[in-house]
Parts: sequence; structure tokens; C-alpha cells
Amino acid sequence: MKENIKESLGSRILDWQEKSIRRIYFTVKKEEIVETVKILFKELGLRFVTASGTDTPQAFEIIYHFSFDKAGEFYSVRVLLEDKNNPQVDSIAPLFPGAEWIEREIWEMLGIKFIGHPNLKRLLLADDWPQGDYPLRHKEG
Amino acid sequence: MSHKVIVPIGPYHPLLEEPELFQLHVEGEKVVDIDIIIGYSHRGIEQLAETKHLDQVPFLVERICGICSSSHPYTYVLAVEDILGGEYKIVPERALYIRTIIDELQRIHSHLLWLGLAGHFIGYNTVWMWAWKYREPVLDMFEMITGNRNNYAMFKVGGVRRDIKDEDVPILKKALDDLLPAIDMFRGAVMDDPVIHARLKGVGILTKQQCIDWCVVGPTARASGINIDVRRDEPYGACDRIDWKVIIEKDGDIFAKTVIRILEMYESIRMIRQCLDKMPRGEIDAKVPDIPPGEGIGRVEAPRGECFHYIKTDGTNRPVRLKVRAPSFMNVASDKVGAVGGTISDATITLAAVDPCYCCTERVAVINKPDNKKILNGWDLIKLSQEKTRKLREGLEK
Repeated sequence: MKENIKESLGSRILDWQEKSIRRIYFTVKKEEIVETVKILFKELGLRFVTASGTDTPQAFEIIYHFSFDKAGEFYSVRVLLEDKNNPQVDSIAPLFPGAEWIEREIWEMLGIKFIGHPNLKRLLLADDWPQGDYPLRHKEG
Repeated sequence: MSHKVIVPIGPYHPLLEEPELFQLHVEGEKVVDIDIIIGYSHRGIEQLAETKHLDQVPFLVERICGICSSSHPYTYVLAVEDILGGEYKIVPERALYIRTIIDELQRIHSHLLWLGLAGHFIGYNTVWMWAWKYREPVLDMFEMITGNRNNYAMFKVGGVRRDIKDEDVPILKKALDDLLPAIDMFRGAVMDDPVIHARLKGVGILTKQQCIDWCVVGPTARASGINIDVRRDEPYGACDRIDWKVIIEKDGDIFAKTVIRILEMYESIRMIRQCLDKMPRGEIDAKVPDIPPGEGIGRVEAPRGECFHYIKTDGTNRPVRLKVRAPSFMNVASDKVGAVGGTISDATITLAAVDPCYCCTERVAVINKPDNKKILNGWDLIKLSQEKTRKLREGLEK
């Protein structure tokens, strides 16, 4: 599968890291995430596990986690959103419904906008939680 | 003229731990759409974890769920150990076996609990009482090993906190032997009862493709012929040192999900027995070095499916980010396809079939939209479900 992914994605892969035989991390450009997920999920048949958003000093980082169950390999696709004032990325939810909830969660927790999401509304936070206050952003100071 | 009615199920249920609100859109008896609203018990644990020491977090994540309360700490310690090179590199052999024993005991008690509730929803209240009666000795085993019936506090990075005493092993084996006839009885009750066949077969079907698209995990996926199980795909603990098999069914209906859970209890008993026999002597925890900056991923097959933790550290003693994804997060979302198209009397069991931390039926109310008049409450909906079973039984007896 490692070779398959390298071959299918080619130059899209910016930074390939094998932290162990079962843990593979790589980075793609944010403009190419939908195409990358499409290849991994639809063509290569990986299972989408979840996505995780992190607030780092330089950028917002979203990692899309995929599992290749037959070999027990785990692929984590990293996307960096450098514009911290207006973080946005294309939504992968139109490709398959299993990604809808997690994008809603990242949107409300970190304020990352998913362009093209079919139903971007709050999932976990209460209705009266203040607009524009994102709990998982690291506050300065 | 079609007349659309919205049936809210939820959000509070005093019996179980997780409030959810399902709004069923019904036309006559048929469910045509469903809105799932969650978040009532969002406690900000991911954010809270960033303020705790790496050693304190297992206690925190243990409290995410009261039923699979060993899955989250286990997943978390696996994620931290992943940064250090993996579980097998640092954890002593004996601790691996103890970890698997705890993990499998928890699967038995969780499946029994689900079986009881499923029985209650379809009007088999005896099954409910029996299943919970036989769950009791499992909790006693937990108490014997860990001192607690729930929230065991067994897992720490590098090993486990408590050993299993030699004199306890025969008592545990005896308790497992006593459990077998009970599970035999449940298997007979499900497999041989024509009413249960009529009630559960062909209901709430998830096709294989739907399972893939909604990314469901655990027994919900395995009931639709998807061959996944983290214990085999990415072995942890003693799972690769003992003999057991993954249970797969093809039909994707609630009957298949029930069968899977019952047969998995047999496998869990087999696994625990082998662990008790093969467990070597030795240390139960290792000295853990400082956790370097890095990223780790842990995965455990919880009773409901794959539990996932992602941790990022920066070399201090606190995590920078802890992402938790419980199996129900994927499975509950799939109710959208499971329940739509069925009848309202099948809705409770369909929503319960994925074994969410299900908690809502008590506060169900059917409201007739135009005049906002309440026509059914939660108990009525369970009664509706039980009534259907009764009628089926009478029909079969004639």
C-alpha cells in the first residue's frame, strides 16, 4: 500500500515520514486535500478514521487519519493552514457522509471553515455558546 | 394527503449516561427522515487534557464512558507508548496479558448490558433481567482484580497498576465457567425463537457500501460483512499471543448485530482463559523515560468498535493536543440510514442496535405538529415496540 499511495499521489506528497512500520505521516497542500482524500478513500479503499485539528504557533494543522486494515497500517495526511486569521479549507464531506460530523466539530472548536460542507452547523457546543469563541484555540499569554 | 409528524426522542434519559436527541420525521408509521442532535454531555475533555500531566490523563479519559471505561485509558497509553516506540517495546510481558484480560472482561460486561437493553426494547423483559444478573459476576471479577466495579484505573504508561494474584486465578476461571451456560442460554433464546427472528431480521439494515461511506466500526461494521477488528489488524496486549477469531456476519440487520455480540462473548471468555493460563511471571510495569516531543496514535477495539486517540507532545509533561474519537461518533451518525425507511415501532431497537451509549427513549414524546398536542411519550414508544413483538408472537402461536 505504501508504494501504491506514493505512486497514485506522486508529487502531491510533500513530506513523507515513516515513524514506524505502521505509522506513516505525510503532508499535502491544502488545495489538493479533496483530490488526495478522493484517491485514498475511493480508489485505494482506505477507511477514514477521523480528522484532528490542532492550533500550532505557525498554523492551524488538520490531520486526516486513514487506516488500511488489511495490513494494519495507519496513514495520517497533514494539511497546514497558514493564514491564522482566516483559516479555511475545502470540505471532504461531499465525498462521503462519514466526514460530516468531524468537520462540524473542528469548525466549532477551532473556527476552521470548511468550504462546500453540506450542513456546517454546531455539533457539540451549546446554542448559547458565544459566537466566535473557539475553545480549542490556544489563547495568547 | 401525507401528514408529516416529528417525533423527538431524547434528550435526557436517567438510566444511561449519554443524552442524545433524535428527531424522527414520520409519515403515518414510516420514518422518512431523522435529525440527530448530540452535544448534551460535551464536557470539553480534549481541552481539559491539555491542562493535565501525562500521568493524570488516563484518569480523565477513563471518565469519558462508564461502560467501556478501560478502552479510553488503554487507547491513551498506547498513543503515548507509540511516541516511545510502541507497546511491545517497553511494556513487560505479564502486563500485556493483564491488559488483555481487563479489555476482554469489559467486552463481556458491555455486550451483556446491551443485550439486556435490546431485550427490554422489544418486550423481552426477562432477557433484560437475566442479562444484567449475569453481568454482575463479571463486575465482581473486576472488583477482585482492580478493587473497582467500574473505572478500574488499571492502565498506566509502561504497564498496569495492579497485579493478578495467583490465588485469584482459580476463582476467576470458575466464574468464567459459570458464565458459559448463561451465554448458551442467551444464544438459544435468540437463535431458536421465531418471534425474535421475525422482529429483528431484515430490520435496520446497513449495507456494506453504507458502512464504508459512513465509516462505521466494530460490531456494526462486522454485521455487514466488513472484516475489521483492531485486535487482529494491529495487535496490542496479548491479542497476537493467543488463539481467537473475528466474528463476521453478512446480513447487516439487527439480528446479525445481536448474533455477533453473543458470539464475541464466547471468544472473549476463550481469550481470558488462555491469558490466565499463559501469563508469565514478572514485572507489571516498566520505568518510563521522559516523553520526548512527538506524535502518537493509539487504537483499541472497544466493545462498540475502534477507539482512537491522537496525542501531540512538546517535551513538557503536558500534552499539546489530545484528540479522542470514540466508536459511537461514527456509528451513531449512521442511524440516519439505518432508521429511515423503517417503521416507528422499529425505531427504538434500530437506534439501539449500534449500541450507542443510548439514553433517550424515556423522554420520548410524539408531537402532532399542527396543534402541538402531545400524543405519545417515551414509555408509549417502548410499549409500541413491545406490543409489536407480542402481536408477532400471538400470530406465530396460532
